[in-house]
Amino acid sequence: MPEKKKQKDYKALLKGREYIGVDKIDGPLVFVSGTHPVGYKELVECIDGGGNVRPGIVLESSKKMVVAQIFQGTTGLTLPSTKVRFTGEPLLVPVSKQMLGRIFNGLGEPIDGGPRPPGDVELNVNGMAINPTARRYPRDFIQTGISIIDGMNTLIRGQKLPIFSGNGLPHNELAAQIARQAKVSGQESEFACIFAAMGVKHDVARYFIRSFEESGVLSNVALFLSLADDPSIERLITPRTALTLAEYLAFHEGMHILVIMTDMTNYCEALREVSTIRGEIPSRKGYPGYLYSDLAEIYERSGMIKESGGSITSLPILTMPNDDISHPIPDLTGYITEGQIVFEREMFGRGIYPPVAGLPSLSRLMKDGIGEGMTRKDHPHLASQLFAAYSYVRDVRNLASVIGEEELTPLDRNYLEFGESFERKFVTQTFDENRDIDTTLELGWEMLKLLPAEELHRVTEEELEEYYY
Amino acid sequence: MNERIVGEVSRINGPVVEAGGVKDGMMFELVKVGKERLVGEIVKLEGSGAVIQVYEDTTGIAPGDPVYGEGIQLSVELGPGLMGTIYDGIQRPLEKIRDMSGLYIKRGIQLPSLDRDKRWAFTPAVEKGAAVRGGEVLGTVQETPRIVHRILFPPNAEGTVESVAAGGEYTVDETVAVLRTADGKRDISLMQRWPIRLPRPVEARLPLDAPLVTGQRVIDTLFPVAKGGTVAIPGGFGTGKTMTQQALAKWSDADIIVYIGCGERGNEMTDVLTEFPSLKDPRTGRTLMERTVLIANTSNMPVSAREASIYTGVTIAEYYRDQGYHVAVMADSTSRWAEALRELSGRMEEMPAEEGFPAYLPTRVAEFYERAGRMMAKSKKEGSVSIIGAVSPPGGDFSEPVTQHTKRFVRCFWALDRGLANARHYPAISWLASYSEYLSEIGAWWENNVNASWAKDREEIMDVLHKEARLQQVVKLVGPDALPDTQRFVLDVGTLFKTAFLQQNAFDKIDMFSTMEKQVKMLHIILSYWRRGAEAIKRGVTLVKLRKMKVNQDIIKMKYTVPNEDLSELDRISDRLERSFDQLGALYA
Repeated sequence: MPEKKKQKDYKALLKGREYIGVDKIDGPLVFVSGTHPVGYKELVECIDGGGNVRPGIVLESSKKMVVAQIFQGTTGLTLPSTKVRFTGEPLLVPVSKQMLGRIFNGLGEPIDGGPRPPGDVELNVNGMAINPTARRYPRDFIQTGISIIDGMNTLIRGQKLPIFSGNGLPHNELAAQIARQAKVSGQESEFACIFAAMGVKHDVARYFIRSFEESGVLSNVALFLSLADDPSIERLITPRTALTLAEYLAFHEGMHILVIMTDMTNYCEALREVSTIRGEIPSRKGYPGYLYSDLAEIYERSGMIKESGGSITSLPILTMPNDDISHPIPDLTGYITEGQIVFEREMFGRGIYPPVAGLPSLSRLMKDGIGEGMTRKDHPHLASQLFAAYSYVRDVRNLASVIGEEELTPLDRNYLEFGESFERKFVTQTFDENRDIDTTLELGWEMLKLLPAEELHRVTEEELEEYYY
Repeated sequence: MNERIVGEVSRINGPVVEAGGVKDGMMFELVKVGKERLVGEIVKLEGSGAVIQVYEDTTGIAPGDPVYGEGIQLSVELGPGLMGTIYDGIQRPLEKIRDMSGLYIKRGIQLPSLDRDKRWAFTPAVEKGAAVRGGEVLGTVQETPRIVHRILFPPNAEGTVESVAAGGEYTVDETVAVLRTADGKRDISLMQRWPIRLPRPVEARLPLDAPLVTGQRVIDTLFPVAKGGTVAIPGGFGTGKTMTQQALAKWSDADIIVYIGCGERGNEMTDVLTEFPSLKDPRTGRTLMERTVLIANTSNMPVSAREASIYTGVTIAEYYRDQGYHVAVMADSTSRWAEALRELSGRMEEMPAEEGFPAYLPTRVAEFYERAGRMMAKSKKEGSVSIIGAVSPPGGDFSEPVTQHTKRFVRCFWALDRGLANARHYPAISWLASYSEYLSEIGAWWENNVNASWAKDREEIMDVLHKEARLQQVVKLVGPDALPDTQRFVLDVGTLFKTAFLQQNAFDKIDMFSTMEKQVKMLHIILSYWRRGAEAIKRGVTLVKLRKMKVNQDIIKMKYTVPNEDLSELDRISDRLERSFDQLGALYA
């Protein structure tokens, strides 16, 4: 097919051609006209007056105009002197195992003063959709040593379980504690953590680095930092770069990867910024209509596959604007992720750590990862009973606030007592307390003993016999 | 190759590609874009320009790339081999794709939907010289041990059978019959194509008369859906939409299930793929995969294929309906489909209506749900398509456009309640906000087949639930102790009914599914507790005494302890209950 070949050569020829001067610069977007045919999502190199190369990607391409988004911002660019080069290839990042223990910016360039680590392969930063038939259904229980998670919202290897938090709540502490304590019982395998920071403060990044250092795992962590004072647009690429490395390590090297992404709210803000500048029709609260698909592209990259022993477990952190769980960001996240850990300001105010709200928190994969042979036989029923009882506590508390505790029936007072101890003894633990699953479950039964046996409908007679009486 | 170049790309904006220089494009024509031949569909024509919706990632497509036209509308292949297969939104077989491209779905893969090499044992049902019309049965193929696949003449075929193949093994594209039609000879194979956006023609629409038995007590007893009916399941995240859909896919008495994972989680499809082959249908003892077709377009797969996926699914369902089967379509979730419409509409720069959704959203929703129904097919067989669509309202707010428009076009509404889900009361179907318009239509079925007093029983227990809800408002203010025993008893019965009947554990071997007979007996026990208890209290028995009856624990646990196969224990519980009341009555006589 000579015609086809000719066309290919023509493209190759134009690849790398440099255009001097751009038509328009608006926020992070650069508009160039009169170019050769440029591919959608192609990598763009924008060269400023000082000769620095700023990478970006093509957002829209037509015969008249190409719109490119520049990740490191457009500060200092001028219309006549800016040069633009289209590389003819999608944005690729070099990845390798040597990247562990290092610190990078959102584009995967080292910022810790060290040399660029050798890249084993170059991978498309956008990844590709995993074929559902190639996935392995996650069912390995991860022991985090945190009772409210292990007991009631179990984390499973390959799961995506976000933390819905608020400003000032200890989500970083919890994420660091999980990263430090997480283990799968009976299995020793290579474990690494990938940390992507989007628009977070320097202190937060430093906190994580120190926490990894203190627990001696820093050499197993790769950090991708796009901090609060970096250009906001870089946040759009940061999680993708981090996940590209995660995919490589998990699916090619067979490692178990925990990805912590904080703060997804900043990512979504950046997305809204670009969308607004492009004049797109907004949906809720000004966020673009494709926010769901865009978030799904990020979250769905975690999981396990049949061909490899590795896994990606992701723990995105997002701060709910104004603690509102129905805000588009937590809302759409909740529709994609396999459950959520929700923080409650009121519990935090009462000095409970971790301030995990019992009822709205949920782990969807829990059902297949607990029980006989995985955790303990009584675990599913125990968790269900604790949920049911704790949910009734809410009603009793509301009632008590109206009619006063003294007016409650003796049974309702039992429930109040149960609620209090559940929060103070079961949920509360210190920042460095690592409870194994048996301790957690025993503690759960300890709590149920505050209630009469007739109230426990969700556990079986045998379980009551064994653990309750 | 009958393909031709219809134009060349002039602009790319995500999945929406504009082409120029188009002379003979056809609306909804299947096209291939660029050298990689990405699958697309023409959705707009204007002068020499066309707007193409591309079903694959458009990275790298540049202006000037060629657009090839296929000359046909976006269609599905219908024939033996659909059962037990998992397809993407435009009916590409995902398992085969995996063999070809591994872990990830590469772009531009061209694969037939039905296996061209597999041979099927075909038994003809018509003879040479017979006059046939479209949609009539040509022969049969045993597709899976439980599904006899009736090979139909394509709906637009009409004529005399000139020759028909002898019984034997054929591949799907071999000619098994030749038809002499008005326009000449026409070869008929085991496979046919049908455009996904066009409903398949039927002889007549029939009234709905039987319920789709789901084995879920809250549904069958309180809010039943008819075979051929439409249901919406709206609920915020974590309220159990997918769990309810999967329970229905597992236990409902439809002959065939088409499960569409539209823009949802990848792991959920994997869950179905791993779980269904090992689950047995309680009615036939065969694995559930033998009656299931999966359409998976997960949230990270291209958004435009998500838009097509529900049409692909419902077209396959209609095809089996035409063979005389009762088919249930699970669409999870229609909100993702509506959002795909919104995204594509936005990229085409159309004027938005509510919340950015295009103004034609209600039309599309209506078109989709109207493809459900109980029909007399052209094969003279009766079949039905029931559509159960999940809706994911943002923030769990049912006043948003997708929920509201869906509500207009479905006749059964299972509202999932956040409060119930938080208390882990599953299925979290709210008995106050849900409704079913099929009660009168299927009442006769209930009365003739299971329970003569169903309508009355249902009314009575619904009344208790509504009374209880009202009293709960009072309790919130003054506490239960301030109420008289008669009213506290209503609260007790409400709680008992919720715990012992409405709550159903999808992971418990016995409780995951209840036969109609079990449901009726359980309901009767609870109703007799209510009737006799109310009577006893009137005669002065204290509530404390009622609560202390030993039989209460048996009632609460009967859903777990009494297996579907042997319901005699329920009769014994019922007797024990009557005796307990008799004894109480004797004490207070």
